[in-house]
Amino acid sequence: MSEFLQFLFSGLTVGAVYALVALGFTIIYNASGVVNFAQGEFVMLGGMITVFAHAAGLPIPLAALAAIAATAAVGVALNKLAIEPARGAPVVSLIIITIGASIFIRGAAQLIFDKQIHSFPAFSGDEPIHVLGATILTQSLWAIGGAFAVFVGLWLFFTRTILGRAVLATSNNRLAAQLVGINTDFVMTLSFALSAAIGAFAGVLITPITMTSYDVGLGLALKGFAGAMLGGMGNPKGAFAGGLLLGLFEAMTAGYLSSQYKEAAAFVVILAVLFFMPQGLFGSKSTDRV
Amino acid sequence: MIKTLTTTVPAALIALGLASTAHADIKIGASISATGPAAFLGDPEAKTLEMLVEELNAKGGINGEKVELVLYDDGGDANKARTFATRLIEDDEVQAIIGGTTTGASMSILAVAEDAEVPFISLAGAIDIIQPVKPYTFKTPHTDRMACQKIFEDMKKQGISKVGLISGTDGFGASMHAQCKDVVGEYGIEIVADETYDPKDADMTAQLTKIKNAAGIQAVLNPGFGQGPSIVTRNYKQLAIDLPLYQSHGVASDGFIELAGKDAAEGVRLPGTALLVADLLADGDAQKPVVAAYKAAYEAKYKMPVSTFGGYAHDGFALMVEAITKAGSSEPEAIRDALESITGLAGTTGVYAMTAEDHLGLDLSAFRMLEIKDGGWTIVE
Repeated sequence: MSEFLQFLFSGLTVGAVYALVALGFTIIYNASGVVNFAQGEFVMLGGMITVFAHAAGLPIPLAALAAIAATAAVGVALNKLAIEPARGAPVVSLIIITIGASIFIRGAAQLIFDKQIHSFPAFSGDEPIHVLGATILTQSLWAIGGAFAVFVGLWLFFTRTILGRAVLATSNNRLAAQLVGINTDFVMTLSFALSAAIGAFAGVLITPITMTSYDVGLGLALKGFAGAMLGGMGNPKGAFAGGLLLGLFEAMTAGYLSSQYKEAAAFVVILAVLFFMPQGLFGSKSTDRV
Repeated sequence: MIKTLTTTVPAALIALGLASTAHADIKIGASISATGPAAFLGDPEAKTLEMLVEELNAKGGINGEKVELVLYDDGGDANKARTFATRLIEDDEVQAIIGGTTTGASMSILAVAEDAEVPFISLAGAIDIIQPVKPYTFKTPHTDRMACQKIFEDMKKQGISKVGLISGTDGFGASMHAQCKDVVGEYGIEIVADETYDPKDADMTAQLTKIKNAAGIQAVLNPGFGQGPSIVTRNYKQLAIDLPLYQSHGVASDGFIELAGKDAAEGVRLPGTALLVADLLADGDAQKPVVAAYKAAYEAKYKMPVSTFGGYAHDGFALMVEAITKAGSSEPEAIRDALESITGLAGTTGVYAMTAEDHLGLDLSAFRMLEIKDGGWTIVE
């Protein structure tokens, strides 16, 4: 029993990391249909800027806020400098632009910060919590709680606010959205700022668990992307559940089968789900896009 | 253009009577991964070479000749390393090459260097670089096989006969894992649990729980690199596993203690080089003056702590300088012969004794078994 609980806690910890990254994909995807492959870099920036601001003397909460604000600014710059000039380009071209942006941000981070691995102290100390013979770190609870808060926030944003609906409308038909008076340029800028801020927030929460360096972005983005696909791209509920499920699959495979197979097993499950439910577990039925 | 400069400028200098001794500079080429995925290895290596060349020339060079360093950054890309090796030999006409931060880069440089018969000192770990022995290829870092042997030797002394492995799936972890499995039998030790993790994983408690529950297990060994071993060490403490934990030489740095946390790292053992414990070395230790001088110079110049990897470059350069001095010539053939005959050269990694059969020249004594106590290092032996 304690063994199962430990695998469960391990899965929840890893899953919370994936879920936080997966949630970041949601807004940009909903606004433009673009899968932003620079999302992992936002997570990296969140962690790295916090580390360096903290080292420069700011307390962690302030450093984290600075990191989130700075990363949001990077998101806006990405939209203004790279995405907006390419307006009208097919979605695939925009996705390729985000891949380029991710390489650029990684290179810049390597120059501006350094090439070392960094971390900062966990928010509530390093003492694990014991539950029935298993243990979980308090930082994992922060990550799970943070992922849940982002999920609820996004869900309310898309279903309860005019702005959230404007984002969805922009994605659905940009011209029609403009005709009903939505400032689509603003919506795009906002969506990049929010996505970047969520990414940075994820970086702040997970860095005490995973540590960070200039090149952690790509690995995180791939796993977060896999989680988002599993749950259904664009749906906050899907991103949250997909990320957690992916983490749980990995931990259970590592625990009960063999850690050699854990990545493979997780991806087999994803393939199987996508084979029968191409939209993911919670994805809405496809809107026709020609 | 560069060609005409190198030929006309010395000629003009000689004509002016200015170049009485420095008739032809010694050119040493280097292809290092100063950026890219192996940057944390290559960056200190490149910095070390630049610093040492500067120091050497300030002291008058080798046998009165200045040394010129031609340094390229291959970004950890083996194809680029091959291109740069060719360029170093054909365009820059270097007498010898140091570099090849990663095993892949080293393998491509050595192919070019062997063809052109130019001596090459590799800075990468894999044993394949010097086994089988190739006439012109040497290397300075000890192999992961030696790290495994050092660890198992220590375990045997402690009476440990059943161990669990948790290895990273990156190149370093996978290679060391294979080497350890290969030599473990020689020490009468049995592997009772064998788990892996991805270098980007956030949590290894699932694997460690499995290992902890393996029957008869007495110690755990973690061959790995980067942040993985730090997370393993933290999770080890989180699960309160009451067995000795051994890490590899891949994380032998102060950064590891900082990342894993002082409490979690307490009692962890690993094989490290003299460079890491410069202050703790006995006064009679042959490596002490070398290590202390390098550490002081590097830290003063770059304001950052020395790393084992920079030490590899230091040793590669020291071997090259010693060989050229001994040979009294900068002909590639003469340098090669001199390199092979070096004995008793104290470097930061160990005391080198090259032979025709051994182009690494280090034995297990190059590793010090270290234990982390109160957030610092202690030498166990």
